[in-house]
Amino acid sequence: MSSSRCIFIFLVILLIVFGLSRLGGTISFAQSNSQLLPLQGFTAFDTPNDVGDSVGLIWKVSENDREGVHYIVSTAPSQEGGGDGQWTKLDPILSTTCYKSDFPQYFGIDESNKLWHFYEVSVTTTTYFKLAITDGVNIVEFPSVVSATPKGNWFDTSKVNILVCVIFFSGLIMFFIRAARHNPNLFIRHIPGLDAIEETIGRATEMGKPILYLNGLHGMDSLSTIASISILSKVASKVANYDSQIKVPCYDPIVMSVCQEVIKEAYIAAGRPDAFKSDNIFFITNDQFAYAAAVEGMMMRDKPAANLYMGYYYAEALLLSETGAATGAMQIAGTDSITQLPFFITTCDYTLMGEELYASSAYLSREPLQLGSLKGQDVSKALIILILFIGSVLTTFGVTFLTNLFRTF
Amino acid sequence: MEEKNNKIDIILLLVFTALLLGVNIYLFAGKILPVNAIGIGIVIAAILTLSLYSFLYKDNPFFKIAENLFVGAGMGISVVIIWFNYLKPELYKPLIRYAVRDNIPGEPNFWLIIPMLLGLFMFARFLKKTMWLSRWSFAFIIGGGAGISIPVVIHSFILKQIEPSLQPVFVDGSFTLQSINIILLLSGTISVLIYFFFSTPHTGIVGNISRLGIWFLMVAFGASFGYTVMGRMSLLIQRIQFLLTDWLKINIQ
Repeated sequence: MSSSRCIFIFLVILLIVFGLSRLGGTISFAQSNSQLLPLQGFTAFDTPNDVGDSVGLIWKVSENDREGVHYIVSTAPSQEGGGDGQWTKLDPILSTTCYKSDFPQYFGIDESNKLWHFYEVSVTTTTYFKLAITDGVNIVEFPSVVSATPKGNWFDTSKVNILVCVIFFSGLIMFFIRAARHNPNLFIRHIPGLDAIEETIGRATEMGKPILYLNGLHGMDSLSTIASISILSKVASKVANYDSQIKVPCYDPIVMSVCQEVIKEAYIAAGRPDAFKSDNIFFITNDQFAYAAAVEGMMMRDKPAANLYMGYYYAEALLLSETGAATGAMQIAGTDSITQLPFFITTCDYTLMGEELYASSAYLSREPLQLGSLKGQDVSKALIILILFIGSVLTTFGVTFLTNLFRTF
Repeated sequence: MEEKNNKIDIILLLVFTALLLGVNIYLFAGKILPVNAIGIGIVIAAILTLSLYSFLYKDNPFFKIAENLFVGAGMGISVVIIWFNYLKPELYKPLIRYAVRDNIPGEPNFWLIIPMLLGLFMFARFLKKTMWLSRWSFAFIIGGGAGISIPVVIHSFILKQIEPSLQPVFVDGSFTLQSINIILLLSGTISVLIYFFFSTPHTGIVGNISRLGIWFLMVAFGASFGYTVMGRMSLLIQRIQFLLTDWLKINIQ
């Protein structure tokens, strides 16, 4: 084969390759155009479960979605656009993000949610929306304009499971309160710290020194303070019977007033209204460390026989209990403050941990209301243990139904 | 013996006072600290810090002064905060202002009369005849508080805890280190829940499981203790840094 023939064949091959490559490019370009398919299902609606400060936009996931392709949402106050007919473009949305399935609080847990895009826009009045898709070169718009008006919702459907739990647990507790009214001798296990309370009152009486009772730093809306007041009532009753003395320095003025009432009633019930001194229940300050400093000073000067810390505490817990331990007082603490429990455990003679604080008031009073509540909570705990066990087994085998029931948003 | 201790205390007190005076005079005279509000503020802060730390020795007049100052200042600040953060924006501006001043734009919010009355009822406690009115306020506070906190407790302490506990033990079909983690989490949660079960005596199998629960609790408390102590140490370091660098101007770098 001559060299000219070789060159000719080479050129022909080159031409064929070039032609094919051009053809391929055209095909590729045509594919790029054809991949920006028309948008489907673009709808606007009031976002559910909100206060009326946003609307939601949904549209179908399409084959257009890939890296480099963005959706563009434009807004305007009227169908014709803004005052100058212009539409405001929002930030581009990457086509591989923002799915309905990312917002289970609005749409629940459903596999079909993965087939829809969702975008939330903060607006307070009726707003019109346009949707377009672009790959940087081509733009395809949704043919029509949609609109929505935001409205506040009275009912948050994402919190239905909380409502069901409240009704169920409340029902359980009410059932057991009824049961406790019929049988007030329902069993409650022994709580060691509580026996020590009587011991502390006896000790204080023998030493002729007061008992210092602290309610913690929370107000009357806190469960731990309510439990603390309930225990205070029983302690005050015993103090009145033993003719001892109780001092209650308060952090909150409302708690102080409640304490005064409770202790007064306890003294009256014990037949010792004359022994009640309202001055012994006093407000110090509602500054955390100033309160701690004042109580520490009292501990050092009065040297109380016993210190009882019931309620919710913060960083002052160790300051108080360490000073109390240094004075040689017998100390009993009860708190549901998880971060402060270690300090009470190390510095106090007895510590009521978490729910033991609530159980203590029922244990001491034997009132059907409190006994029933405690029993109801016990049954609730048993059910939770069962749910945890069954749920874990089911989840291990890929059944997520139970997990989804307890999902919160 | 007690008399001797008292004498020692008085001597220590005098030495402490003399030292404080001497050091501060030296700092001002030597122009190490400026004789202005900043300098005087630093000195007061340092004296109060040392006075409060003097409690580590025993109760003393310095501590008492600092304590009373602290309580008084704390109370004063909280009164100011209550006025500017609560009463003024929530009650005075939207309601009372319209009654005491003329030509105020807008309309008063008469709904605020209800919480205002509930607040005033608290003062009814000062008179025996009207004392019962304060119970309305208490009933509102306690009832409202319980109503708000119950759903929050169920959300945060029950549902939010159950959801992450329900994890598959086998990760991608195999038993891994994460599986051990999940088993530990589950057994810890269940055993601690059983410890806080009050309806059955803690004997036999329930007793054993609750003992395991106590172990889990103590491990958690130990970790929390260590973490908080480290936090307190950093507070102490911060205070010492203030005394050395801001007050005494000693370069500790």
